[in-house]
Amino acid sequence: MSENILEVKNLRAYYDILKGQVKAVDNVTFNLKNGEILGLAGESGCGKSTLASTFISRKKPLKYISGEVDLVGNKIMKMSEKEFKKLRLRTISLIPQYALDAFSPTKKIKTYIADLAGQHGIKTNKKFFDKVKERLDLVNLDESVLNRYSIELSGGMKQRVIMVISTILDPEFLIADEITSALDVSSQRFVATMLANLRDLGIIKSAIFITHDLSILYQIADRIMIMYAGNFAEIGPTDEIVANPRHPYTRALIDSLPKVGIQYKDKRLSGIEGTPPHLLDIEEGCRFRQRCPYAINKCEENPEREQVAEGHYVSCWRWKELGSDLSGQK
Amino acid sequence: MAKNKDVIMSVKNLSKVFKSGILNPEYTVAAKDISFDIEKGKIISLIGESGSGKTTVGKLILKLIEVSEGEIIYKGKNISKINDKEETQQYYRRVQGIFQDPFATFNPLYRVDRVFDLIFDSFDLGFEDKDQAIRDALYDVNLNPDRTLGKFPHQLSGGQLQRLLIARALLMDVDILIADELISMLDASTRIGVLNLLVESCKKHGMAVIFITHDLNLGYYISDKSLIMYKGRLVERGDTKKIYENATHPYTQMLFEAVPEIGERWDPDEEFLPEQIVNDVQKFYKENAGKGFVEIEEDHSVLFSDK
Repeated sequence: MSENILEVKNLRAYYDILKGQVKAVDNVTFNLKNGEILGLAGESGCGKSTLASTFISRKKPLKYISGEVDLVGNKIMKMSEKEFKKLRLRTISLIPQYALDAFSPTKKIKTYIADLAGQHGIKTNKKFFDKVKERLDLVNLDESVLNRYSIELSGGMKQRVIMVISTILDPEFLIADEITSALDVSSQRFVATMLANLRDLGIIKSAIFITHDLSILYQIADRIMIMYAGNFAEIGPTDEIVANPRHPYTRALIDSLPKVGIQYKDKRLSGIEGTPPHLLDIEEGCRFRQRCPYAINKCEENPEREQVAEGHYVSCWRWKELGSDLSGQK
Repeated sequence: MAKNKDVIMSVKNLSKVFKSGILNPEYTVAAKDISFDIEKGKIISLIGESGSGKTTVGKLILKLIEVSEGEIIYKGKNISKINDKEETQQYYRRVQGIFQDPFATFNPLYRVDRVFDLIFDSFDLGFEDKDQAIRDALYDVNLNPDRTLGKFPHQLSGGQLQRLLIARALLMDVDILIADELISMLDASTRIGVLNLLVESCKKHGMAVIFITHDLNLGYYISDKSLIMYKGRLVERGDTKKIYENATHPYTQMLFEAVPEIGERWDPDEEFLPEQIVNDVQKFYKENAGKGFVEIEEDHSVLFSDK
């Protein structure tokens, strides 16, 4: 097996709706290395959550169109649901957005975990619960939470329980979708750090951490991938992406982040004018061009994915000539 | 507190206790002993995590819930004592709120123009040409009236809807705008636009804003003054820069430590537990027992002990 846990090649997945096709994931290519946490960022509607759904469940109206996905040797796009079910929780696991709200208010956490494990054909014997307790301890939760109801737990505590459940079978690949977004900053830091710890301890081998918040990704991601309006924009090592972004959208996204120490009266930050295009039957070309300060006629053609450096790729016609123009804050 | 003529509202020892249950009532202290002044044309950030009582304070000022103790003085009157319909109306003429979810604010069955019609129905705003006034206000918030008016809420983005509500506040020429998590639901790229707009409108029209947020970065970016709340208490108050440079309350310090920033990584060797803060704060109060709320430098006060 290669050093990659996940290999995604020219993946396309569209939503088939009455009005036509919504091209939510359109021609996305990337690899996820063993031991790597890949941050996936972009605005709402950029396809980042759809990408996660494409890996784990392709329920209507989401439809797989073309491309390949290789997950530790499994061609998961070609697999039947029955075959794929064997991989769930053991090889691939997903923490969906709003998982916090998925607890049943009338069941104890223990019952909830047992039900869930039962669904996956896991024996919920003492050995299993010993492992659960061990993992709860790891995320600094007392085993007494097992006998509590979800409403008695704070958002941060619930999120930690969810992390324990979704990684209980040591999956190779974890998708964490906005796991920190609904949390307070203190819990945010703990949960994000925990994701990296799970990887360091070998409980998970690799993860995709989806969030709109680049500053959290900066803390724990090894590489960052930026998506825009269903398209791949840029991927690269975290420090490279932050210091030397090659895509004008990445640059604009970083520039729009406020941080402590910067006040309006000293330095006025700039957002990105306009809104992303509607993905329903979208035309050819770079999808960022209407909002891009560097757009030229050439941008009406689909940009190609080009290599900038080792592990750093970008889809922009002008990345070479823009070069250092995009480095450093404006 | 600085006494000056720019103060348009004074919140004094404000408390709110929620009661639940009838036979064995339980009491929740959502806000306790909160005092601060609101100055004309200034932005105050009210920063805290969930359950800190920040929204409660906003609701109290907006008269959406009843005050348990304390006063909110606006134009010489304690507004919690206002029961008269006419007077309440006059109050809302000058003090307005915008909330987190713009899609919940707008009725999806009506065109967005309705939010303007409603204020013209309720208040005499004194415009000769109503339509022109609306168009001007929209231009003021960088919205194109031709592409905005006549639309239904789902046809506009969250950022556009929030801008529209800011335009409404400008049209009413409000004195105080309570912006509760105004931009939490917006994307990073549109957030800054709305924030900049808020600051600019504030300066241009002399409107004061209470910017309620859980996001320290955003609060720091736009505000002149900050209020940090923790478990219903105001733990630090004052000039935003001073609080940042000299954060004294353990909770404030923790917030600054935990907030993720690009260019600065969390210390991987430091064991960071969210539960730890409860003990830290208790220890801090114990060490400083009896001190209370103290001004440690000009325009910067800290809650040293609970009692």
